[in-house]
Amino acid sequence: MQTKPIALTILDAASVIVLGIAAYLALVFAPTELVMGDVQRVFYFHVGTAWVGLLGFLIAALSGVVYIITKDMKWDRFEVAAVEVSTMFFFITIVLGSIWARPAWNTWWTWDPRLTTAAVTELIYVAYFMLRQGIEDPEKRARFGAVYTLLGGISAPITFMVIRLFRTIHPVVIGNQSAAAQGGFDMTADMRTAFFFALFAFTVIFIDLMWHRLRLGAFQEKVEQLKLKVSI
Amino acid sequence: MQARTSARRLQAAKNRPSSIVCRPSFVKAMMAVVQKDLAAEFRSRELLSAMLVFSLLVILIFNFALELDIKTRQSVTAGVLWTTFAFAGTLGLNRSMAVEKDRGCMDGLLLAPVDRAAIYFGKAISNLAFMLIVEAIVLPVYSMLYNVNLFQAGLLGVILLGSIGYTAVGTLLAAMSVQTRTRDVLLPILLFPVAIPVLLASVKASGGLLDGAEFSEILTPLNILIVYDVIFIAVAYMVFDFVVEE
Amino acid sequence: MIEVNQLVKRFGLKVVLRGADFNVRPGEFVALLGPNGAGKTTFLRILASLSRPSMGEVKVAGHRLPGEAAQVRAKLGVVSHLPLLYPDLTAEENLEFYARMYGISNFHLRVTEVLELIGLERRRKDLVRTFSRGMQQRLAIGRAVIHDPEVMLFDEPYTGLDQDASAMLDDVLRSVAAQGRTVVMTSHDLARAEDLATRFDILSRGVIAASATKKDLKRTNLLAFYKQALVD
Repeated sequence: MQTKPIALTILDAASVIVLGIAAYLALVFAPTELVMGDVQRVFYFHVGTAWVGLLGFLIAALSGVVYIITKDMKWDRFEVAAVEVSTMFFFITIVLGSIWARPAWNTWWTWDPRLTTAAVTELIYVAYFMLRQGIEDPEKRARFGAVYTLLGGISAPITFMVIRLFRTIHPVVIGNQSAAAQGGFDMTADMRTAFFFALFAFTVIFIDLMWHRLRLGAFQEKVEQLKLKVSI
Repeated sequence: MQARTSARRLQAAKNRPSSIVCRPSFVKAMMAVVQKDLAAEFRSRELLSAMLVFSLLVILIFNFALELDIKTRQSVTAGVLWTTFAFAGTLGLNRSMAVEKDRGCMDGLLLAPVDRAAIYFGKAISNLAFMLIVEAIVLPVYSMLYNVNLFQAGLLGVILLGSIGYTAVGTLLAAMSVQTRTRDVLLPILLFPVAIPVLLASVKASGGLLDGAEFSEILTPLNILIVYDVIFIAVAYMVFDFVVEE
Repeated sequence: MIEVNQLVKRFGLKVVLRGADFNVRPGEFVALLGPNGAGKTTFLRILASLSRPSMGEVKVAGHRLPGEAAQVRAKLGVVSHLPLLYPDLTAEENLEFYARMYGISNFHLRVTEVLELIGLERRRKDLVRTFSRGMQQRLAIGRAVIHDPEVMLFDEPYTGLDQDASAMLDDVLRSVAAQGRTVVMTSHDLARAEDLATRFDILSRGVIAASATKKDLKRTNLLAFYKQALVD
């Protein structure tokens, strides 16, 4: 694993290209939405990053479980990579959500279940990192990390369900219903192209970033090993 | 004098003790832990008084922070109560685990020839007991201060279910956080995001009951509470050994 | 009674025990000596089933660790330099608690027996927080023998004790050993170890560097033996 594999370099290039195309599709190709205007274009990236964030979340929870069963450190690296990447993507999702909400509904934040769950998941991730930071022993760190992603993995979906109950208390922002909430609103063929391509593009980027992060994790471990050899 | 006592003791010791029959039992060990925690706490009462005073202070702060008229106050009662319980709960959880960690007593528990889950359930039950005791005192105080009747069977049931879920997860997380550098500080950070479903569902159900809402409305959050409790008790049971071993 | 074969223990990338071999016959009193950081405490914790071996085989009282840990624990008594006692409970209550944990049926009689053995009968109703360090250590030994274990592990039991307390501890240790138990004790105090033990093993750089019985040492003395072992 010394030199960067060619496949990864190709993937890097592909990621950039695919992102560019997605941007074009979202910002230029897709028709302007009737009610909200150009701001709606944020939606393509907003859902794209949310989808990827969710993917990372699931991978993290599963890696945690696999680690608990196999105790193989490889799964711990997977888990950390997935959490880091997911943290970043959910953050972008939240920011884009704000950017969309402000001009469209005159509010910085909508308490809609998906957005709120994304925020809660971010908090779980922050807690996760703080937990790992406070532990010296790598094996213990892996164990605790795995348990916490499991707990978070079960808790976040339940949070989503509970927040939906609160819809009656926090009024749904007008127009939110049509877009983010149901996920499939009346999209024309062009919009659908932009939408699905964005999902595809972000998945490619996700794989690229995960791969890089996993390599980084492997290198980190190697450095620790070398440090130990030198110090003895 | 010293020599004589020790010689006598040595002689007595040479005879093997009355046959000791060791029959470790999950339930016995669990109850032993609960009894130990409660006995120690009732003697010093340090933890309970801290939790209690803290709760009352929180309610006081809410009172001033949310200067409300009577109508609005009614709608936030559930929220205020649960926030108070959540904060006081973390005090209890932290302290209960810290006692074991500080004097190495955790090792003593781990040396017992029982399934580690017995320790988990023992700790969780005593944590629950402390939380319930504090709640039992806070409820009448709140009732008096704000002239609100909080003693409805349904509400007490929700408080019980919510506390169970909270301590189930909290005990597990406390066992982890007590082994880190940051210790006490870390527990709320770990616990709150993961306990949000419990808190939200409890608030929704409690609020519904206080407002006299339809039973069907209360049923959903109640179900979620029960599901959460069952799932997390099961997960904690399965994973506690993993968290506490070396 | 105790069979250790090529025991390896690592914490992350740091290797503390590197293939230690250790065999103890029933009734032996082994003093495990070694410099600070040699891994004595780690070694003892593994024997005590509090820590899992990374590699190698460990058998105590006929049961393999970590698989049959619960059976081992029933026959094991451990005293570490921390007292493992609850300060807000009385001596009696502490012993009763542990008696319950070990599932001893008629524990009142047993608790009284143990209190007499360790010379704390008169202080049974006093809170442990009022005890001196020496008394706490004696009570800790009481806790460790309450279930009549076949094997006893002592980790630096004399730490922090003054002359009188040490003398009392000597007494109790001798009584405990006199009952035919197998004892492994780590210690810094060579003189004490020489007095009590029947065998001396030196742990150095993660392995058992040397082992000698009291008879073997008739000609040389322990200190010389110890120093020699560390040099090799």
